[in-house]
Amino acid sequence: MPLTQDEIKELHKKSREIRKQIVEITYSAGGGHIGGSLSQTDVLVALYYKYLNIDPSRAHWEDRDRMILSKGHGGIGWAAILGDKGYFDKTLLKDFNKTGSPFGMHLDSLKVPGCDASTGSLGHGLAIAIGLALGARLKGKNWHTYVMLGDGECCEGSVWEAATIGAHHKLDNLTGFVDRNKLMIDGPTEEITTLEPLEEKFRIFGWESLRIDGHDFAQIGDAIEKAQTIKGKPTMIICDTIKGKCVDFMENDYKWHYGGINSDMVDTAMKSIDSYYQNILG
Amino acid sequence: MAEGMTWSIEEADKLTQAEIYGDVLCQLGDKYPDLVAITADLAKSTKIGRFGQKFPDRFFNVGIAENTMFGMAAGLAQAGLRPVVSTFAVFTALRSAEQVRTDICYQNLDVKIIATHAGISFGQAGTTHHCTEDIAITRSFANMTVIVPADGIETGNAVVAAMEWPGPVYIRIGRGFEPHVHTTQDYGFEIGKAETINDGNDITIICCGVTVLHAVRAAKVLEKEGLRVRVINMHTIKPIDKDAILKAVEETKRIVTVEEHNVFGGLGSAVGEVIVESGKACAFKKLGLQDIYSIVGYPEDLYNYYKIDSDGIVETISEMMGKKIEEDEDWEDET
Ligand SMILES: Cc1ncc(C[n+]2csc(CCOP(=O)(O)OP(=O)(O)O)c2C)c(N)n1
Repeated sequence: MPLTQDEIKELHKKSREIRKQIVEITYSAGGGHIGGSLSQTDVLVALYYKYLNIDPSRAHWEDRDRMILSKGHGGIGWAAILGDKGYFDKTLLKDFNKTGSPFGMHLDSLKVPGCDASTGSLGHGLAIAIGLALGARLKGKNWHTYVMLGDGECCEGSVWEAATIGAHHKLDNLTGFVDRNKLMIDGPTEEITTLEPLEEKFRIFGWESLRIDGHDFAQIGDAIEKAQTIKGKPTMIICDTIKGKCVDFMENDYKWHYGGINSDMVDTAMKSIDSYYQNILG
Repeated sequence: MAEGMTWSIEEADKLTQAEIYGDVLCQLGDKYPDLVAITADLAKSTKIGRFGQKFPDRFFNVGIAENTMFGMAAGLAQAGLRPVVSTFAVFTALRSAEQVRTDICYQNLDVKIIATHAGISFGQAGTTHHCTEDIAITRSFANMTVIVPADGIETGNAVVAAMEWPGPVYIRIGRGFEPHVHTTQDYGFEIGKAETINDGNDITIICCGVTVLHAVRAAKVLEKEGLRVRVINMHTIKPIDKDAILKAVEETKRIVTVEEHNVFGGLGSAVGEVIVESGKACAFKKLGLQDIYSIVGYPEDLYNYYKIDSDGIVETISEMMGKKIEEDEDWEDET
């Protein structure tokens, strides 16, 4: 069933909260991967607040849906959501990056409940997700595996090796997302290594391939629901997003892949987030 | 440094290792028209991008594709160019180990690799980005030369020297925010020749990379307690300077190695191999990560936590000096 207007409104409110927390953590941590954390937020919010079958009080519940953040540097944004869902005491996030903290830039599955794979080295997550999806089938389990990739990450050969195998095994219990914000560290993806046509590439590799606006909850919801109905192959959803989304001075600027912000910038960022949601929520 | 090989950068002591590397590479670009530089979406972080700004036609950013990058470097070298490659240490020595070993080292190709963010210098990034295995891995590749410069100035020297050194070279640097050990570049850097930074006959610290700074500081502290500590900067792990090690065994009979690396397979192991093969008695201790993965944190805190900073070195040496060492009476006959 498509998301209702009320649901979409609630998801926007949640995204606003998470984006603000991303700004706060980036400030208190002394820097962070803020651009990609902001671009991935809406898709992750839709998953965590609507679609994932999870129980934060039982992080290791065997039947839970799995969610692998293959672009592990989105850790700040992911941690904000996991904390809000109650996987851990979210006041711990003020120690992000501090010596001895369980939270470093890339979330660690041995230290952070809700994190199922210690990602950060790009190009690992899709293979892990395929193992989890295959494992569910072998064990007769119904969990669904979700994985989010960076677009720059799709330069890695291992992504395409995994894509080949995922299609070979017809893993229809696997749904991937590419956070297609069109930027990596050194600049625009298409100036460094041409990735397009990304949707077509996954299709040729044997996947159901969809392309959506990754900030439009109606489209996100439809795509996730469609993926659940596809049989005999995994689905990849290419999400067109904006790196730095909602913070106007960061949007579409690759220099904000990673950065530190001072308190003035925090204020400006918060205002920018508020005005974005003012337009949407009224 | 061999004659005619120089670099010059103003106020080099204020720059990080990577910044000096990037600037020196630009200077080398003028000298070697066949020098090509490659990175994998880390042009800015590793500073190899400075070469790219100056020589865009000889610079290739392959995107986030390390294995392909090292394979390409092998092909470029076979085609007669001089590839210089940079990414983080973990993606060089771990992810692309096989490309580096089979495509580059086995063919003994002239590829120079400058790997950054090594050890636990990128402390807040966690285990996926730490690299405390690369010395062990790269030194186990036949034909590979392994250099761990102590600071930015030594990095400049090492990069220049590597260009004239045959075969593949792995230069390991950290983030390099620490103060420099060297004040001038003319201290006689030579690949394979250790540098004695502080002389003394009570005990020897053999160190590399960022731990050289800490060893020098520790030696100063211990000097106040009346200990004369020899500090050997073993910037070249392979080929290792056996003479410097054996001299230290003979003259100081106590050796402690310090490295930002697992104690298995790195500098300490390399030094230990030389000592054991010599058959000489020596009190020996390896400081480093004791076969564990590092916690998250600021590098300076982590160096302290893992006892590879000056506090840890002082503590270890104080313990070692308290222990009696059996004299080997036949020493003279055996050497
Ligand atoms: C194997 C590997 N190589 C390099 C890096 C360094 N790195 C961290 S983030 C990043 C860029 C990622 O770009 P993208 O996947 O597009 O992510 P996003 O734009 O969503 O932040 C790079 C190269 C890494 N983490 N892993």
